[in-house]
Amino acid sequence: MQEKRHLFDEKKNVKRVLKALVLACVLTAGADLVYHRHVVHPFEGLWGFYAIYGFVACVILVLLAKEMRKLLMRDEDYYDRDD
Amino acid sequence: MIELPPFLLFYIAALVAAVLPRAPRLVLMLAVPLASCAMLLQLPTELSVNLVLMDLQLEPLRVDRLSRLFGILFHIGAFIGIVFSLHTRDRTQHVAALAYAGSALGAVFAGDLLTLFVFWELLAVSSVFLIFASRTERSYGAGMRYLVIQVISGVLLLAGALMLYGQSGSLRFEHIGLNGFASVLIFIAFGIKCAFPLLHNWLTDAYPEATPTGTVFLSAFTTKVAVYALARGFAGTELLVYIGAVMTCFPIFYAVIENDLRRVLAYSMINQIGFMVVGIGLGTALALNGAIAHAFNDVIFKGLLMMSMGAVLHMTGRMNGSDLGGLYKSMPVTTTFCIIGAASISAFPLFSGFVSKSMVMVAVLEEGHPVVWLALLFASAGVFHHAGIKIPFFAFFAHDSGIRTREAPINMLIAMGIAAALCIGIGVWPWMLYDLLPFQVDYTPFDGSHILAQIQLLVFSAAAFAWLKVAGIYPPELHSTNIDVEWLYRRLAPRWLRNTTALTRQAADLGGQACRNLGQKLMRLVLDHYGPEGTLARAWPTGSMVLWVAVLLGASLILFYL
Repeated sequence: MQEKRHLFDEKKNVKRVLKALVLACVLTAGADLVYHRHVVHPFEGLWGFYAIYGFVACVILVLLAKEMRKLLMRDEDYYDRDD
Repeated sequence: MIELPPFLLFYIAALVAAVLPRAPRLVLMLAVPLASCAMLLQLPTELSVNLVLMDLQLEPLRVDRLSRLFGILFHIGAFIGIVFSLHTRDRTQHVAALAYAGSALGAVFAGDLLTLFVFWELLAVSSVFLIFASRTERSYGAGMRYLVIQVISGVLLLAGALMLYGQSGSLRFEHIGLNGFASVLIFIAFGIKCAFPLLHNWLTDAYPEATPTGTVFLSAFTTKVAVYALARGFAGTELLVYIGAVMTCFPIFYAVIENDLRRVLAYSMINQIGFMVVGIGLGTALALNGAIAHAFNDVIFKGLLMMSMGAVLHMTGRMNGSDLGGLYKSMPVTTTFCIIGAASISAFPLFSGFVSKSMVMVAVLEEGHPVVWLALLFASAGVFHHAGIKIPFFAFFAHDSGIRTREAPINMLIAMGIAAALCIGIGVWPWMLYDLLPFQVDYTPFDGSHILAQIQLLVFSAAAFAWLKVAGIYPPELHSTNIDVEWLYRRLAPRWLRNTTALTRQAADLGGQACRNLGQKLMRLVLDHYGPEGTLARAWPTGSMVLWVAVLLGASLILFYL
């Protein structure tokens, strides 16, 4: 019996999610042009501050974490072994 | 109405549950948090019960706005955890969970440091059984390490409390502040339970080794008792702002590369406590309210995430991101609950984390800490990344692991459903919670600027994840152990001890050898002179004797005439 095909078994649904995400990015970044956010600190008020900060923060986080692996990663049974 | 301390019902229930058969035990367990919470709500909002014990002025029960809120929170946490664990046939876990919840309640209603100490240690002793209950060699080791560290925290608290008593003659638990050695001891004691950086590793070591249901209780109580204690004892201590900022940032790096999804949540827990610690360190009404509200929300959304992972572990027996994936096909309800928890921890508008985290963030900027604020913003993006996306993605989506299972047991789904309802309820009607907070603050929870800024931050974080994943840069989930501070006491110290013992033995061997050699040399010397063949044992000829006597007499004669 063929198993039922699920939502994300279809490649086009995955593509749709990605497209929706891009659209959300464009819309929220665009909103900064028309909506004036009130701010406590000046750099908060820069155009697209939160958007750019969020993107850059996550990329840096992942790239740094990836480098950390070289230093910190050991075998799964590292502490179980007696050497 | 008699004024019973809230922990009492839980302790009695724990004793009774130890002997009760399963069916009535389950009824009892469900009834206790409800009855006890009803009793708590009956108590006056300000209450102090005093007791004199051997000249010590104790206050085993003190109710005020702060302790009351934590009391209500712990009742909710206990109830959800109990519903989630109804299906287990493990009496030990049921008894331990009741005693543990009781200890947490005892600790937040403790009006003096000695009572606090007693419950502080009972928290450790009762909760460790939830870790041992996994009944694996790993969980035994992790539980023992957990217990040792928790007991050290308690001993520091007791030492600090007694020194304070010696100085001021009072054991009352009120604002302590960092001044003097005694307060530093108490600060470190709270810091250990609060998982301060470098003191944090017991949490990420032990919590993921507990049973699927045990972790839910663990994540609710111990660290939140510590947050409560810090809020009462050290509000406004500036050092906490920086400690908290470090706590929000460093665990997220570990969370990104960690494979065990419950350990990812444990790291993310330190990150969330960081926000609370920053708020406590600022000490303004807005910041404290934010910190306390965030503690409240965290118990529920972190509980929800832990429950969804517990359900996955219960159904599949696996917890590593590398082994899971595609479970949305067979566990759609659990998937939905997990996503609600993920949205709440990521502080999506209309989910519970949004308002409480914004309160702390706004307070940080208002108090003039822009660098700390940038760190917290980095951590906010990071928490969405590792807890908001990574947890649901690797467990329920990602590549199809081929695992086909059924939906979790009904009691688990109900528990997750209650938590999810609270996440959305508090998110949409924040006043339910915010009217209970200790301070009166004028704060607009839903303001266009905050909402837009937060959505931008989250959407672009998600975009970063999607881009890294599609481009193949995102680090794959790998079977691995990542070295953390625990390396010092799990690797370095044992190795050092072993080496030192080996060295000592070598030194002793060398020393012994030298002594033996010396002894032998001495013995030979004695034998040479006094032995049967020795110089002194030789027979001397009479002639030489007479000669020597003549020499001596001659000498004395010469001396006489001189």
